[in-house]
Amino acid sequence: MIETALQGLLLGGLYCLFALGQSLMFGVMRLTNTAQGDFIILGSFAAIAGMSVLASTGVATSSWAPLGIGLALLPLAFAFGYALQRWVLNGTLGRDPLPSLVVTFGLSIVIQNLLLELFSADPRSIETGGLNTASVALPAGLAIGVLPLLIFSVALTATAALQWLFNRTQLGRAFRAVSDDKEVAELMGLNSNTIYALATAIAFVLIALAGVLQGMRTTVSPSDGPLLLLFAFEAVIIGGMGSFWGTFVGALLLGLTQQIGFRIDPGWGIWFGHIVFLVVLVLRPQGLFPKTRG
Amino acid sequence: MPTHVIRSSSHSRLALIAGIVLVLVAAALPFWAPAGSGSSWMREFVEIACYFIFAMMWNLLAGYGGMVSIGQQAFFGFGGYVMLMLGNFAGVNPFLAVPIGALAAALIAVPVSYVAFRLQGGYFAIGTWVIAEVFRLSFANVSAVGGGSGTSLTALRGIEKATRENATYWMALACVVASIALVYLFLRSKRGLALLAIRDNEMAAESQGIDVQGMKLAVYVVAAFGCGLAGALYFVGNLRISPDAAFSVNWTAFAIFMVVIGGIGRIEGPIVGALIFWALNKFFSDYGTWYLLGLGLLAIVVTIFFKQGLWGWAQQRFGASLFPTRRTLEL
Repeated sequence: MIETALQGLLLGGLYCLFALGQSLMFGVMRLTNTAQGDFIILGSFAAIAGMSVLASTGVATSSWAPLGIGLALLPLAFAFGYALQRWVLNGTLGRDPLPSLVVTFGLSIVIQNLLLELFSADPRSIETGGLNTASVALPAGLAIGVLPLLIFSVALTATAALQWLFNRTQLGRAFRAVSDDKEVAELMGLNSNTIYALATAIAFVLIALAGVLQGMRTTVSPSDGPLLLLFAFEAVIIGGMGSFWGTFVGALLLGLTQQIGFRIDPGWGIWFGHIVFLVVLVLRPQGLFPKTRG
Repeated sequence: MPTHVIRSSSHSRLALIAGIVLVLVAAALPFWAPAGSGSSWMREFVEIACYFIFAMMWNLLAGYGGMVSIGQQAFFGFGGYVMLMLGNFAGVNPFLAVPIGALAAALIAVPVSYVAFRLQGGYFAIGTWVIAEVFRLSFANVSAVGGGSGTSLTALRGIEKATRENATYWMALACVVASIALVYLFLRSKRGLALLAIRDNEMAAESQGIDVQGMKLAVYVVAAFGCGLAGALYFVGNLRISPDAAFSVNWTAFAIFMVVIGGIGRIEGPIVGALIFWALNKFFSDYGTWYLLGLGLLAIVVTIFFKQGLWGWAQQRFGASLFPTRRTLEL
C-alpha cells in the first residue's frame, strides 16, 4: 500500500514536468498547446538522436551522458519555443480559440508523422548506463528507484523556480500583467509579443526537460504524445489555473489515482485517472488552487 | 414603401435543382454503374459519406456554436457500438439500428454536456478529448463487445452481399441528404438566427433575450446525433468495430481538416472540404506518413493565411452562396 502510494507520487512528479509548460502557457496567454505531448516526445527523440551521434563518435558513455545531452538541449528548446511563439503562434491568438487550436493540432500531426518517418514506430529509450534500474533501500523493505527520485526532485525544483519567477522577478510581473489585461499592459510599455515569446521559450525548456527524463525512465514511441497532453491538461485543471504549486499537487493526485487504479486492475488505471479529473471538474470547476480566471 | 426579406438567390435556386438531379443520378447508381466497379464505388461513397457527415456536424458545433471540440469521436464510436449491440444482441435489423444509434448518441450527449460545458475555449477542446478517451477505455474493458480487440457485426450474416451493399449505399446517401437538410433548415429557422447571433456576439445575443446556454446545448445534442449517425453508418459498412478505430481522434482531425480547408461557418465548407479530402486521399494516401504530414501542414497554412477557407475565398470573390442562411432586407 505504501509502495503504491510512493510510486504514484513519483509518477506524479513526472506528470508535473509534463504539465508545467502547459500551465505557464495557459496562465500567461490562455493558449492551449494541443501539441504539448508531441513536443515532449520530440524532446525524447532529440536526446535519443544525440546519444547515437555521441556513440558513433566513440566517446565513452556513462549515466551522465544523457544528462549532458539534456542540458545541451535546453538552450535549443528555449530558442525554438521563442521562435515558434513569436512568428507562428502569436498570429493565432485572439478571442476565437479556433486558429491556435488548429495550428497546434496540425503541428501535433506533423511531429508525429515526422518522428514516425525518421525513427519508425518502434518504442525506444535513452540509454542511461544502469541509472534507470538503480534503487535506494528504505526501511520496512521498501525500495525506490534513483531515477524516479531524481525526476521528482527536478519537478519540485522546477515548480519552485517557476513560482519564484512568476511572483518575484520583473519578467514574472510582466507575465502577470499581460495575463491580467493585455491592452493596459501594452499601454504601460510592455511588448506583449516578446513577453508571450519568452513565456513559450521557458515552457519549451520545461518540455525538453520532461522529454529527456521521460525517455530515460521508459520507452517512447512517436504516437505517445496525445496521452501525455491529456495527463498534462488534467494536472493543470485539477490544480487550478495560474498556480504552479496547484499544478504540482494536481499532478501528484493524478499519479496517485492512476497508480491505485493500476493496482486494482491494469486495464482501468488511466480510466480511473480520467474519472478523478472529471469528478474534480464537476465538483470544483475552478480547480483546487485557482489563481487566475479562465 | 414595400419592403421584403430576401432569403434565396438565383445561385441557391440553381444549386437546389442541381442538387436534386445529382442525388437522383447517385441514387440510381446500382442500376447504371458498370458491373465490377459499382460495388467499390459504393463502398468508397459510404466511407466518404461518413467523413462528410461527421465534418458537417463539427462545422455546426465549431463554426456556428463556437464550441471547438476534439472529442466528437466519442459520439461516433458510441453510435457505432449501440448499433452493433442492438443488431448482435437484441436482434434489431442493423439498418434500423443506425438511426437508433444516432438517437442514443444524442441522449448521452446531455449528461456529457453537463461535464464538458464547465470548460470553455481551448480547455473545452481538450476536455472533450478526455471524455472521448473515457468512452474508448470503457468500451475496451467490456468483454461482451470483444474488449480492446473489438468484434464483428454478425447480425448481417444472412443477407446477400449485393443487397447489403445497395442498402448501405442508399442509407448513406439518405443520411448525407438528411444531414445537409437538417443543418440547412436549422440554420434558416428562428433558432438558427439566434445561433448566428450568438456566434457573432454572445453577450449582445444574451441581452436580446436569447437563451445562450440552451442554444449551445441544442447544438451540442444535434451534433452528437449527427456524429452518432455517421458512426453507426460507418460500422454497418465496415462490419467490424474496435475501440481504437471507433474512438480514434483521427475522425475529428480529418473533420477539422475538411472544415478548415473548405471554409468554417458555412454549409458549403465541409462539402468542398470533403471533395478535396477525397481527391487527396485517392491520389496521395499511398505516401502514408508524408501524406498525413502534408495534411497537417496544409491545415496550418490555411488557418494562418486563408482564414475563410476555399469557399470563403470564392464567396468573397464571386459573391455566390449555394446555401444562403442570411436574411437580406430589400427596400
